[in-house]
Amino acid sequence: MTINIGTVIPVTPTMPGDVVTEAPKPRRSLGTLPVSLVTIAVIIAAWSLASAYGLVSPLFLPSPLIVLKAIYSVAVNGFVDSTLAEHTLASLLRIFAALAVALIIGIPAGLAIGTSRIGKGILDPIVEFLRPLPPLAYLPLIIIWIGIGEASKITVIALAMLPPVILSTAAGVKSAPADFINAARSFGATRLQILLQVILPSTIPSILTGTRIALGAGWSTLVAAELVAASRGLGFMIQSAAQFLVTDIVIAGIIVIAAIAFLFEILARLLERWFVPWAAHR
Amino acid sequence: MSILSLQSVSLAFPADRNISRTRLVLDGITLHLASDEFIVVIGRSGSGKTSLLNLAAGFLKPTSGRVSVDGTDITGPAADRAVVFQDDALYPWLNARDNVAFPLKLKGVAKGERRLSADDLLAKVGLENAGAKNIWELSGGMRQRVGIARALASQPRFLLLDEPLGALDALTRTRLQQFLLKVWSDSKTGALLITHSIEEAMLLATRVIVLAPNPGRIIADIPASFGRQLLGGKSLQDIRDSPEYRRLHDGLNGLIHADSEEEAA
Ligand SMILES: Nc1ncnc2c1ncn2[C@@H]1O[C@H](COP(=O)(O)OP(=O)(O)O)[C@@H](O)[C@H]1O
Ligand SMILES: [Mg+2]
Repeated sequence: MTINIGTVIPVTPTMPGDVVTEAPKPRRSLGTLPVSLVTIAVIIAAWSLASAYGLVSPLFLPSPLIVLKAIYSVAVNGFVDSTLAEHTLASLLRIFAALAVALIIGIPAGLAIGTSRIGKGILDPIVEFLRPLPPLAYLPLIIIWIGIGEASKITVIALAMLPPVILSTAAGVKSAPADFINAARSFGATRLQILLQVILPSTIPSILTGTRIALGAGWSTLVAAELVAASRGLGFMIQSAAQFLVTDIVIAGIIVIAAIAFLFEILARLLERWFVPWAAHR
Repeated sequence: MSILSLQSVSLAFPADRNISRTRLVLDGITLHLASDEFIVVIGRSGSGKTSLLNLAAGFLKPTSGRVSVDGTDITGPAADRAVVFQDDALYPWLNARDNVAFPLKLKGVAKGERRLSADDLLAKVGLENAGAKNIWELSGGMRQRVGIARALASQPRFLLLDEPLGALDALTRTRLQQFLLKVWSDSKTGALLITHSIEEAMLLATRVIVLAPNPGRIIADIPASFGRQLLGGKSLQDIRDSPEYRRLHDGLNGLIHADSEEEAA
């Protein structure tokens, strides 16, 4: 619930013309947080009650306490030869390797689509072909092509991350103000200088948004990618636990993935504030 | 001395979605701007002022006629014609100093030297302490001064200014007009400024050009000396009270107004 108290207009003693317009600070309103916290509390309470009164078999839904114990046990003793930290690290390495690949290919591709008719002509069909495909559909093909090793997992995750990175970068190019580009041209900038010193910085907020979306796509694909011939990773851990019907570890894995994804989201927003503070002032 | 020339320039835009039909926006514009002049183009909204400036900058190509600098046809925008935009067009990812230094960076000037020149220019526009400030921390008037300093850093032969003071409050505007006049007379560049304020045109211009709309065409080209009087130390009030000021003001008002009645009829 947001309560509007109206914008406070700062009163500053000024010289005419030197009025520094203090941008109204974004109100740190609690927003929907209290409601969300209540929702989470209710879900956990319902979950506890359901398992406490035996409404659902522990095989399907172990109690929150058992899941907590499972998390602790995996963290300390490990599960299928690896500790929780090792599983998590394996997954994170895949996600970040894939993200690096997606950014290295996706940003130039997005710039090409946004700035050049030929680039758009060549790349648009490829992106539009790739974008709606579920990663599971092309995973087998990737495995036939490059085997079951680490490379195929990273490839699949990177392929899922590419479209959001490319499309956000291209959209960012479109949103670069024409005056920004014209100003540089009137100072004698070359095409390359305009691309690197005007268009690229203008697109950084979009690229960061694309990265956030890509990370989401990456996590969904990770679990699928770790289905095949993995010996480590959160997705692998969940799959193995499911095969042995160790439901508490399945849920533990889901919660750990959710927590990491949530941390990523917060980290991305912090990066945004540090790297592109101006994005909030446009 | 350099000369920026538009010779019998006309400009047509495609009318609506119908590509085969065009709408004439500027017709038979001939204008010569010497690098010691301050030409102000005045006209109602839609009379083609921005289009005229965009042709001079090289952002647009004329449908017919020639745009040239010292007799050589221009091929597009270039560093000899720096533009100041109404919405400042400062880069928010650079601080004030780096914005001013931007044209020097494009030219490959070394970092230390760039910084010195930028600080020099910032001092010239009265912002010696604002170099490290972010763009969004500056007021509209300060931003326009940074924009002017940035254009000057390019060391252009001509400054092209599209309603640079249009979005400012009256007090700031008057202050910046006098400031602009000073910068122009110190920098020895030609200036082409667009406005729809008669007072602004009269105070700044060595020549006032009146543009009538549909299609945009020059209907008057009047020399003025109020800016030079102001630079010479005469007070703004005395200038405004002088009969010649009133006469030119009424004359310009009539030219712009008469046209709008003809339009309504
Ligand atoms: N890119 C364009 N395409 C089509 N028509 C345009 C374009 N730019 C300007 N015009 C038209 O040309 C006329 C003159 O515009 P402009 O030069 O912006 O006038 P001013 O700056 O005096 O207001 C207007 O009627 C405008 O609608
Ligand atoms: Mg205009």
